[in-house]
Amino acid sequence: MSEVDHGTKSKRLVFVTVGTTSFDSLVRAVDTQEVKEALFRKGYTHLIIQMGRGSYIPTKSAGEDESLDVDYFTFSSSIAEYLKSASLVISHAGSGSIFETLRLEKPLIVVVNEDLMDNHQSELAEELAERKHLFCARPQTLFRTIQEMDLESLIAYQPGDCNTGC
Amino acid sequence: MVNSNCCCLSNMDFPIIFLHLVVGIITIIIVRVIYIIYRRSKLLYTRSTKPLSTLIVLGSGGHTAEMLNLLAVLQKERFKPRYYVAAATDNMSLQKARVLEDSLVDKAGIDLVGTAHFMQIYRSREVGQSYITSIGTTLIAIAHALWLMVKMRPQVILCNGPGTCIPLCAIAFLLKVFGIRWSSIFYVESIARVRRLSLSGFLLYKLHMADQLFVQWPQLKMKYPRANYVGRLM
Repeated sequence: MSEVDHGTKSKRLVFVTVGTTSFDSLVRAVDTQEVKEALFRKGYTHLIIQMGRGSYIPTKSAGEDESLDVDYFTFSSSIAEYLKSASLVISHAGSGSIFETLRLEKPLIVVVNEDLMDNHQSELAEELAERKHLFCARPQTLFRTIQEMDLESLIAYQPGDCNTGC
Repeated sequence: MVNSNCCCLSNMDFPIIFLHLVVGIITIIIVRVIYIIYRRSKLLYTRSTKPLSTLIVLGSGGHTAEMLNLLAVLQKERFKPRYYVAAATDNMSLQKARVLEDSLVDKAGIDLVGTAHFMQIYRSREVGQSYITSIGTTLIAIAHALWLMVKMRPQVILCNGPGTCIPLCAIAFLLKVFGIRWSSIFYVESIARVRRLSLSGFLLYKLHMADQLFVQWPQLKMKYPRANYVGRLM
C-alpha cells in the first residue's frame, strides 16, 4: 500500500468519511481517547473527520505534546483530495466511498452502520474484507480493529473484471 | 311455453357470451405473457443495425456510479437516443449523466444533439420508507411513469437497482403484452448486493420481467441460477 508523504516530513493523515448523510456513532467512536491514542501509536499524526449532517461534534486538537492533530468539516466537494492525501481511510459502508478508496490503493477500514433499517451494506464490506481488500468493523469494534490491523496483509483490489459483452 | 323458453335462452345468452369473451381475453393475455417470457432471452434484432432508443434509469450515489461505469463501454451509436431518468429528489445523477454526454460530444466532435434526453420521475419508495406507505406513493409513481413511457417508448431499458425502475419495467412489460412496444429489459444488480438480491432485482427475477439479469458476485449466481455473472463493474 502506498505511503506518500507530501510537505511536512512525516505527516500521516487518517481521513474519516460518513458520506452524504450522518453517522454519529462512527464519529463518536473515532473521537474516543482510546481510538485516537491507538492511531497515534500506529504512527498517524493527523485526523480529519468528514461528519456530514451529524449532530455529534468531535473535539478539535492542535496536535501538541505527542497527540493527534484533529480537525473536522461537514461536507466538501474535494473529498477525492482528502482521500488522495490520506495514509488511512475510515469510511462508512457506501459502495461509492469504498471503491473510490480502493482504486487509490489506500488502506481502508469500513465501519458498518448498524442503525440503518435495510442493512444490506454490511454484505459488501464483509465480502471485500474476506478477500482482504479492506478491514471491516462496527463502531464498537473500531478500536480493536485499529489495534490489530496489519496493513501488510491487505491485497490491492483489481477494479472492473467484467469481461463478457463489455 | 315455446315463447317463454326462447326468452329464457336469450336472457341466458348475454352472460354466456360475456363469460366466453372474458375467458377468451384472459387466455389470450396469458398466452401472450407466456410468449413474452419465453422470448425473453432471445435476441431482439439479430442483424439489424438500426439504433435502438434506450432508457437508462439512474439511482442515487452508488447506483449512478455503477451505471456510468457501464455506460462508459456502451456502444453509443447503437443505443440512441438515450433517455436518462432519475428520481425527482435526486439532482446529482442527471448532472453526472450530462457530464458524461457532454464529454462524448467533445470526444466525438460530431453533432450529438437530440441523442440524449434527461428527465425526472417520482419515486415509488424513499430509502427507509415503510412498505405499507410505499403502496400509495408507488401508485403515483406508476401514473407518472406511464406518461413518461408512452412518450419515450424505449426499445432497450437499462437499470441497476433504484426503486424507480420497477414501475418503468412493469409498464414496459405491459406495453409488450398489449403489443404497443417491444422492449428488452436489462437489469444489473448493484455491486453492494453480495448475498441477496435487492427488492427491485428480486421482483424482476421472480416475475420474469427482466430479459437479462446480471449480478456482480458469484454467490448470487449460485442462489439465482437464471441470473448472469460476468464479473464486476467497479
